[in-house]
Amino acid sequence: MKLEGKKRIWSEFQKEIPDDHFFYVRSCIRQSFFPGSEQFFLKVLKEDLGKDIFEDPNHTTCTGIGYHGDVVQFDTIQTVVARHFALATEHGYKDVVISCVTSFGIYEEIIETWKHYPETLEKTRENLYKATGRVFDVPDSITHSSDIIYKFKDEIAAKAKFPLIDHVTGEPLRIVEHIGCHYSKMFPKYGVGGAEFPHVLIGMIEAWGGEVIDYPERRHCCGFGFRQYIVQANRGYSLSNSRKKFVSMQPYKPEAIIANCPGCTMFMDKWQYTIKEMDGMTYGQHGQGIPVLTYEELAGIVMGYNPWDLGLQYHNVQSEPLLDKMGIKYDQEEKYLTKDGKKLPVPKDLINA
Amino acid sequence: MARNFGFAPIKGRVIDFDRNDKRVFEYVLEREPSFALCIGCGGCAATCSAANFTEFSLRKLNILIRRGENDEVRKIVDRCMLCGKCTLVCPRGVNTRNVVFLTREAFEEFDNYAI
Repeated sequence: MKLEGKKRIWSEFQKEIPDDHFFYVRSCIRQSFFPGSEQFFLKVLKEDLGKDIFEDPNHTTCTGIGYHGDVVQFDTIQTVVARHFALATEHGYKDVVISCVTSFGIYEEIIETWKHYPETLEKTRENLYKATGRVFDVPDSITHSSDIIYKFKDEIAAKAKFPLIDHVTGEPLRIVEHIGCHYSKMFPKYGVGGAEFPHVLIGMIEAWGGEVIDYPERRHCCGFGFRQYIVQANRGYSLSNSRKKFVSMQPYKPEAIIANCPGCTMFMDKWQYTIKEMDGMTYGQHGQGIPVLTYEELAGIVMGYNPWDLGLQYHNVQSEPLLDKMGIKYDQEEKYLTKDGKKLPVPKDLINA
Repeated sequence: MARNFGFAPIKGRVIDFDRNDKRVFEYVLEREPSFALCIGCGGCAATCSAANFTEFSLRKLNILIRRGENDEVRKIVDRCMLCGKCTLVCPRGVNTRNVVFLTREAFEEFDNYAI
């Protein structure tokens, strides 16, 4: 009886994730800093899982960074998002998959606003038509791309070549999971597990053999915060938030951090470099940094993809300690080679390099 | 050499009981056991002569000593004039004057004291 009760309550924290026919919208940060992640996502869905996923090159930024940074009005961002929906409508898609947690939050906020204030939807339709001549349907579902990987985590686990296990000791790897605030803290019903028990990354880590670390500041914001980092003098606020998390997770000796938000991945990676340059501190084991990966990069190395094809070399904190623990073989010579064999410039002062 | 990025981290305001140094608190408590009876009512701070003219609060001082936030304690403990009015009003009979006295003594005792 008790289990039934828990099962019933847990079912209220689930969300419907569509199975096929996705309209994909990219993330500004991810396609710039972690381009391998989005490529991997599209490749896995199309080739390995045989799904129909479409992206339109006419898709633009959602202007979320400007909106949260107080330089873009709500009317404006509603019209920009309406244009994205118009692109999906034009191509016959009803389920939108969003690569970015900021955009995901924006879409949630706008759709909920339209539900509660239908006049804003009519105004947006009018604004979009006047500006572009386009019309749109509100999508049936909006899904974050981490939800899709979560849905297919067992299929990925079935194809795993390198599970999240220390290949020498056989112990599960200790992984920190970090959920972007805008994923489910604003509108819990849109996230797997809601705001209280966000399960989207936990499910992946456990399915692929790892161990999730529960540490005191686990649900603390990474500090991105838009306004906090846009003005240079204010970036100390942003940095201090990330540092608080690093200090809190350090005693648990994490092997890696995975995040589902572009901003969190970027800042938790780059602030480690900044802190090292400022006061020489690192938070991993043996004086190393903690590699910060996207969930697609983690899925990719679990499935045995070449880490350099996934773009792990684009991070400030290099992932070699994690790859070594998993027993993944990689070629250092190939690390900075392009597909046509050109040598890319090698960045200086990387951590773990 | 620390590199300058044009911004700097901000010191956290987290009260970390694992890292805070309780030596001063223990020193005071051992010599003035009535300190354990404090309920933080603030009667001492309300009657304080020094607090009338400064931001000094004996209630705050007591809490900081208990938490082991000794950097803060060190900054404010010298503001007390040791008049003893707080001791007269304390409903729990804590010898608050002696607490201040012992705190100052503790800082002298722990030479080369560092957090």
